Amino acid sequence: MTISRDAVVDWIKAFADVIAVNKDYLTELDAAIGDADHGANMHRGFQAVLTKLPTVADKDIGTLFKTVGMTLVSTVGGAAGPLYGTFFIQLGSATTGKLELTMADWQAALEAGVNGVVMRGKANPGDKTMVDALIPALGAFKAASASNAALPAALRDAAQAAEQGMLATTPWVARKGRASYLGERSAGHQDPGATSSHLLLKAAADTWADNSGNVG
Amino acid sequence: MKKLINKPEDVVAEELQGIAQAHPDLVRVSMDGPFYIVRADAPVQGKVGVISGGGSGHEPMHGGFVGVGMLDAACPGAVFTSPTPDQMLEATKAVNGGAGVLHIVKNYTGDVLNFEMAADLARAEGITVEAVVIDDDVAVKDSLYTAGRRGVGATVLAEKITGAAAEQRRPLAEVAEICRQVNANGRSMGMALTSCTVPHAGKPTFELGENEMEIGIGIHGEPGRTRMPLKTAAEITELLATPILDDLPFKSGDEVLAFVNGMGGTPLIELYVVYNELAKICKGRGIKIARNLIGPYITSLEMAGCSITLLKLNDEFTRLWDAPVKTAGLRWGL
Ligand SMILES: Nc1ncnc2c1ncn2[C@@H]1O[C@H](COP(=O)(O)OP(=O)(O)OP(=O)(O)O)[C@@H](O)[C@H]1O
Ligand SMILES: [Mg+2]
Repeated sequence: MTISRDAVVDWIKAFADVIAVNKDYLTELDAAIGDADHGANMHRGFQAVLTKLPTVADKDIGTLFKTVGMTLVSTVGGAAGPLYGTFFIQLGSATTGKLELTMADWQAALEAGVNGVVMRGKANPGDKTMVDALIPALGAFKAASASNAALPAALRDAAQAAEQGMLATTPWVARKGRASYLGERSAGHQDPGATSSHLLLKAAADTWADNSGNVG
Repeated sequence: MKKLINKPEDVVAEELQGIAQAHPDLVRVSMDGPFYIVRADAPVQGKVGVISGGGSGHEPMHGGFVGVGMLDAACPGAVFTSPTPDQMLEATKAVNGGAGVLHIVKNYTGDVLNFEMAADLARAEGITVEAVVIDDDVAVKDSLYTAGRRGVGATVLAEKITGAAAEQRRPLAEVAEICRQVNANGRSMGMALTSCTVPHAGKPTFELGENEMEIGIGIHGEPGRTRMPLKTAAEITELLATPILDDLPFKSGDEVLAFVNGMGGTPLIELYVVYNELAKICKGRGIKIARNLIGPYITSLEMAGCSITLLKLNDEFTRLWDAPVKTAGLRWGL
């Protein structure tokens, strides 16, 4: 079972739609412990990505991901711009020249993407950031493939782990990003970046696991 | 939301068009590609280019400080959102007069990460870039468990003093060191009487009761460290000044620049009341206010409130502070 180039495009488009729908929700989460811009930032970035996608739709998956990443870097701003930008640029480096992704390819790409976010932002697990959704998701995906699960099941596991990671951020005191300025007052609020990261992995599962038309 | 705007998504672009129309003698505004504001005569050959940038909504910072004796360029992001690396890269190229470029970066994760990416890109194009991160906000404690202190009021002072040093054709390493020294000797703390409304959010970032205030706020409409019942100007000034004075610490015999900054919605009459209290406190501690700056220079949209910044002066800082400056936001001697 593999993920086709069209399926990759569908994932990006699906996530752009999810962000459009959740823009205000993400901004509300950010208003509680940040500066009320995460939804707007992500929306601006992925709308720009949507207009760029047709220019690379016939390119390899690596080029596609890199274009998404560069577009995010130059349109999102904030912390999320360089972080999600790096995530996609790393996905791109890991998938250079590929026209479809095997389960192992996706695992390697996801690992490169998550490592890229950790290297750029220097956040540790438990700091209450997007890393708290991404790292468990990567772990769950690896565990699923190690136990020979099929791709759809592994994608579902990853999305679920991201969701749990996102929910786990709520009681924590933030140690990175803007939310850390609040000290104890950041506890009791879900992290906006972990929320968008969960939505990203959920969109992958929704697009690739449930829409078998795209997954050959 | 009640604002003098057309559409929330057009605010920054229309503000920049306004600046371009108002100050063609001081600046050029580049809006064809990535947005930036640059000195009208940039690049100045042989001079270190000094750049800053950050989210919009803090006007006159940074765009209002572009001009002779201060910044060579400013990169405005969306409201309260750091600008992007391509803006910083284009601005860096536009001000590169062969002596290198200094990035003055306020310590926010977004600003730091984006400026880091921009510096990498500029270096890859053969431009010498140094960056100094400003982190003067004493309201943020315990750096190990936070993203570190925020860059607030000292940024304005650093931009003025550093810009003056660059204007004297000092080399990049020296200009950067002066900027670092300003940061090392400056401390700030802010408070809010009201929240503020980010145009695209449409409602206030936080709710503050009629008789409440927030102490230890930054400049992005974010809540501060503590909320408490409203107090008098004398008590509030004490609450802000004490942690500042104790942090450096400022000592008897020190000469300082005292900066009382309005957050955007506080009238000068109140800022002078605060300045009066601050002057008493400094006097009581044997600290001499040798220079001052009072007014809204690093704002948080229409937020009511103020911040206090103290910079410990030395002869060089004082000379550079007094040096001529000609920008939309600060102007003397020219
Ligand atoms: N160092 C970091 N590493 C990983 N993720 C981070 C880091 N700092 C912040 N984040 C994530 O970024 C999210 C906030 O993104 P957002 O788009 O709101 O940027 P921002 O912090 O407001 O940027 P800016 O300060 O420029 O406005 C947080 O919820 C958190 O998940
Ligand atoms: Mg934010």
